Amino acid sequence: MLLSVETVSKTYPGGRPVLDQVSLVLERGETLALTGESGSGKSTLLNLVGALDHFDSGEITVAGTPLSALNERGRAALRRESLALVFQQFNLIPSLNVEQNLAFHARLSDQSDTTWLSHLTDRLGLAPFLSRSPEQLSGGQQQRVAIGRALATRPALLLADEPTGNLDETASAAVLDLMLELVAETGCGLLLVTHSAAIAARLDRRAHLSGGHLA
Amino acid sequence: MRVRLLLFLLLLPLSAYAQGFAGLGSDADGFAVPERGHALAFPRDHGPHPSYRIEWWYATATLTGADGQDYGIQWTLFRSALAPYDKAGWQSPQLWLAHAALTTPERHFVAERLARGGIGQAGVTADPFEAWIDDWRMAGPDFDRLDLRARSAEFAYDLSLAAQGPLVLHGDRGYSVKSQDGQASYYYSQPNFAVTGTLTLPSGPVAVTGTAWLDREWSSQPLSEDQTGWDWFSLGFDDGTRLMAFRLRGGRGDFTSGTWIKADGSATPLPDGMIAVEPLDMTRVAGRDLPTRWRLALPDKALSVEIEALNPQAWMATSFPYWEGPVRVTGSHDGKGYLEMTGYD
Amino acid sequence: MRRAAIACLWSHWARHPLQLVTLLAGLALATGLWSAVQAINAEARTSYAEASAQLGVGQFDELRAASGPIPLARYVALRRAGWQLAALLEGQLRLPGGSVDVMGVDLLSYPALPAVEETSQEDGIAPTDALLAPGLLIAGPETAERLESQPGLPPVRRTQNLPSGVVLTDIGTAEMLLNRRAEITRLLILPDQSAGLTPLADLAPDLMLVRAEGRSELARLTDSFHLNLTAFGLLSFAVGLFIVHGMVGLSFEQRRGMIRTLRALGLPLRDLTWLMLGELLLFALIGGLIGLVLGYGVAAALLPDVAATLRGLYGAPVDGDLALQPAWVALGLMMAVAGTFAASAQALWHLSRVPILQAQGQYAWTAQGLPARAQAGFGALLICAGFLALVVFDGLIAGFAMLGGLLMGAALLLPPILSLALRLGERFARGPLEEWIWADMRAQLPGLSLALMALLLALAANIGVGTMVSSFRLTFTGWLDQRLASELYVTARDEAQGHEIERWLNSRADAVLPIRATEVQVAGETVFLYGIIDHPTYRNNWPLIAELPEVWDVLAEGRGALINEQMARRMDLWPGDRVELLPGWSLPVAGVYSDYGNPTGQAITALPALLERVPDLPNTRFGIRIDPPEAEDLRTALADRFALPPQAVVPQAAIKASSLAIFEKTFVVTGALNILTLGVAGFAILTSLLTLWAHRLPQLAPVWALGVQRDTLARLEVLRSVALAVMTAVLALPLGLVLAWALLAIINVEAFGWRLPMHLFPLQWLVLLLLAVATAILAALLPARRLRHLPPSDLLQVFANAR
Repeated sequence: MLLSVETVSKTYPGGRPVLDQVSLVLERGETLALTGESGSGKSTLLNLVGALDHFDSGEITVAGTPLSALNERGRAALRRESLALVFQQFNLIPSLNVEQNLAFHARLSDQSDTTWLSHLTDRLGLAPFLSRSPEQLSGGQQQRVAIGRALATRPALLLADEPTGNLDETASAAVLDLMLELVAETGCGLLLVTHSAAIAARLDRRAHLSGGHLA
Repeated sequence: MRVRLLLFLLLLPLSAYAQGFAGLGSDADGFAVPERGHALAFPRDHGPHPSYRIEWWYATATLTGADGQDYGIQWTLFRSALAPYDKAGWQSPQLWLAHAALTTPERHFVAERLARGGIGQAGVTADPFEAWIDDWRMAGPDFDRLDLRARSAEFAYDLSLAAQGPLVLHGDRGYSVKSQDGQASYYYSQPNFAVTGTLTLPSGPVAVTGTAWLDREWSSQPLSEDQTGWDWFSLGFDDGTRLMAFRLRGGRGDFTSGTWIKADGSATPLPDGMIAVEPLDMTRVAGRDLPTRWRLALPDKALSVEIEALNPQAWMATSFPYWEGPVRVTGSHDGKGYLEMTGYD
Repeated sequence: MRRAAIACLWSHWARHPLQLVTLLAGLALATGLWSAVQAINAEARTSYAEASAQLGVGQFDELRAASGPIPLARYVALRRAGWQLAALLEGQLRLPGGSVDVMGVDLLSYPALPAVEETSQEDGIAPTDALLAPGLLIAGPETAERLESQPGLPPVRRTQNLPSGVVLTDIGTAEMLLNRRAEITRLLILPDQSAGLTPLADLAPDLMLVRAEGRSELARLTDSFHLNLTAFGLLSFAVGLFIVHGMVGLSFEQRRGMIRTLRALGLPLRDLTWLMLGELLLFALIGGLIGLVLGYGVAAALLPDVAATLRGLYGAPVDGDLALQPAWVALGLMMAVAGTFAASAQALWHLSRVPILQAQGQYAWTAQGLPARAQAGFGALLICAGFLALVVFDGLIAGFAMLGGLLMGAALLLPPILSLALRLGERFARGPLEEWIWADMRAQLPGLSLALMALLLALAANIGVGTMVSSFRLTFTGWLDQRLASELYVTARDEAQGHEIERWLNSRADAVLPIRATEVQVAGETVFLYGIIDHPTYRNNWPLIAELPEVWDVLAEGRGALINEQMARRMDLWPGDRVELLPGWSLPVAGVYSDYGNPTGQAITALPALLERVPDLPNTRFGIRIDPPEAEDLRTALADRFALPPQAVVPQAAIKASSLAIFEKTFVVTGALNILTLGVAGFAILTSLLTLWAHRLPQLAPVWALGVQRDTLARLEVLRSVALAVMTAVLALPLGLVLAWALLAIINVEAFGWRLPMHLFPLQWLVLLLLAVATAILAALLPARRLRHLPPSDLLQVFANAR
């Protein structure tokens, strides 16, 4: 089992529970779409799985590692080694060029694989832009860089938070196609948060969050 | 620094002596030189002779304390002239230097004073006699009755000296030859003072009695170029006779001289070669080896004695250091005296 | 992992070289000015220490006469009583281009003098040359050159071991040179005295024993001066740190996204923090080193003036050459590192608090300072604490504590006050654009407040110091006119010539005013005691700042004395108090007069009364009253008649000129530091505006979209910057005036011993205001230019990206 979420709850200080006893399982090579209204807790769940935030109770196990057992350093190492993240806002490093951004996560986790990286670059159609800086790229291109950066480490689990949320329809479709193809090629699991039913339909499984409960 | 500057001041004229003899009556710098046959006159010659380079009033005394212990004291006033004249004020060329010492079998105290003439801080007057530097003083109504005083942070003495005989002129009526080359000085002594007074030691005052010997000498060229130092003895024997003897050590061999003084004060000069001295024991003093036990023989007077320092460590750690201290004499004649050694470097 | 992270962090600087340059420049400026001041101080202190070692002063107890010299006979008598003393005759030898201090020592008895040792080792000093006429003079190279150009002086030997302006020689030579036969000014009591000596108090009750540790006059006087400089150095340092703070903040803010991404990608916070610390340390060292080079340059440039001041004002021997001292380098780098971390503390703290998850594009880090009310309260507290320090403690340190509290407090109060003013302005706004401008300024305020604080401090310092210097100049010139009332000042060669000149002048001048003085010891300090005759010149002109009624009659009848302000303040003596001028002779203080530019105490009594007690008062100096047009003729006649050298007959104007020259030099340093500080503040504004630039676009884009041209927006940018600067300048004025008051009434009194009246110079303020405006315009120009030439697409992107 790649990911298991067992009866996880999360409440932000002074608010009602965002997640209430949520459980969920993801196998290697499987893709799962997490849908829900704004504020339904889907991004929160993604952040918890990404070891970016702490849960109140329950347990999350990523690639056999229970997150509650990890300290800050261990969580950072997990993010570095086993996880990869793609955000709505791309979160590229503005002062590095495209090539450096692509290689960055892999270099950070000391697992550069130039063959794989150049393959990804070709597949993502980024070869002509390698020396450009991120701000010179369109949104779709930037997100492709972010996907490339994420997959360059051959993560066990890719987490994507509205990866096409900032893109127009055409770019959105193209980016999603590429991402799904590459995820399949990489053989990693994908947990994708979206509010779009159309996008969710393209994934293996769907889970819907509503009022902190999984439906 | 004071010491180093002082060395500078005093050694420079000495090194100038090496230039040697530059004519009759005066040397290259205009200083007077002693001449044979010149008659000394007293009390005038008790006073200073500014036209000669160097001059001293040199008193030593062997003393016995009320406690039965042997002591020795030294009181020396040197005059060193930068130029052969005198002048009032700071710019007088006459410099004055004094050493005082007090020796016990265990301890040896030394003090030094330096001053220049012209301002009254130091000087000598012949009649009434007074020789002084700061508060150190040798003075009296005349040369036969003197009070002798010196003090430092560690010791002091205050002695009365009364002459027991006449002045003794060394060499040829006071013209004392110092080398084979004929360097000479004027040299006379009062070898027989009876002494009473008080020594002040760190442990307290001690009343003492004994005898003192006072040397007067002045010249402008005392040593030959090859002469490295001297051993000088002033000895008083129990039978009342006295002996002044010195050996000047030189590259061309030793030069000895002396004066045999009978109990009545009559003196016989002892020309070069008559006295034989031989070091017996060396002592490590202030980083060098010095003979502190001697054999001295004067076959002419059937004298053969051993001379031993009361305190072998009687080192005068002054601006120009030397050894000076009381000695005991045993052998054909028993007695006491003083020994001075220079040039053992 | 580290290497990738380092490369990533560094890529920021590679992309923003200007930021890097600015950061390093800020650091270099801060370190540079501070180090410059430190270098100057260290050099001066080393000079003092060297001088006292070189002259062997301050190590031994001394004997001095209650008044005048010690006769040679006294010295000999004390010597013959057994006391080991070293005689010293000191005096001034007039040379063209200023006099030199002659120090005549008894070379036979004086303790260690490195100069003698050096010269005797190198060239060999023959005692005949040193002790006998004509003697030898020993001096530093510069002084030696001056001596050699003078005919009739003894031969000169050079040494590196004497302060400049000092001539060392044997006391016998000094006597001739100074024409003071059989006189001694001081006797050093040598160590290692004989046991059982009669105490000096019995032998010489009339001589005063001055203990070695009680004679730190030079150190005390100059300490104040150095503290003054240090304060300015610290001010510059603080202003420089504003830049560092701004730049570090900017870089952190701009890298906020990067930091979050790095952490999301798995770089532990601890590693990140260490990397950032390492980066800062590296910058601190580089900036610090540049600063040290800069500081060395500034110090080398300023040192000659400082040295001239110290010599002129305190007679303190300081060489004009700067030596590099390792301690100074270490201290400079330490300050740079400490300053960098202090300035970055806030940013680093925020870094550790940056959550991985937070919507981007929120408010700038600068906005997260103290809440306005707390900041205002804290500021007010600091000001109160400053004044409290002044009430509770006294002395220079308290003065500076008060200034520190005042300046820091005022700086903290600035943003709340500006915010209040902007809110008020908003109320009076007409039209939406105006309203927006006010609101926008207020929104900008948090980001600009640090730079504005720096500007406030720089402006206030400028107003304060400017007011002080100008007040001083005004007072000083007026005072010189009063004080130097005689048309000619003449110095005779000796007593006999003095009498001759006096007789000769009596028929030719309106009045001959003898200037006769002796050195006396009052409360352990050397005071110059003057005797004057009763003359309208004094009655009409002498600048009294406190007096008894009928002061001049009291003085003329010998029933009172005048003392100078320095002495009055130092010994707390005011009219009505009694002062013991000579042993057994005390007089009431009848008046206190101002005596600028003189570090030592001074007192004036009636000449006949003084002569009764000190009959051998030298009579060689005179002030001559004459119709000014005839002064020049009399001067020529006098010089011809008595064959006097030019420096012996000085017209009033020449003395005034040289006094003013000393004065000007005193403030060259303060002036220079002042201007540099203002420059640094301008730089701080520029960096702040650049920092804000990233946040300006989202704020400007909507206004642009609503139909305001880019040109207009650019103009408004400049206008806003100017408006804030002007508001700051207006607030700086009262602060600057308080600063000026503190400088005049507290710092000056402590540092120099005189209090000055405060004069106001509105024209100066106007100039400063213009300078502030110019600074603001210059600083805003770069962002405004950028805005003007911004492609519309960039503005559009704001909407497209919804950052």
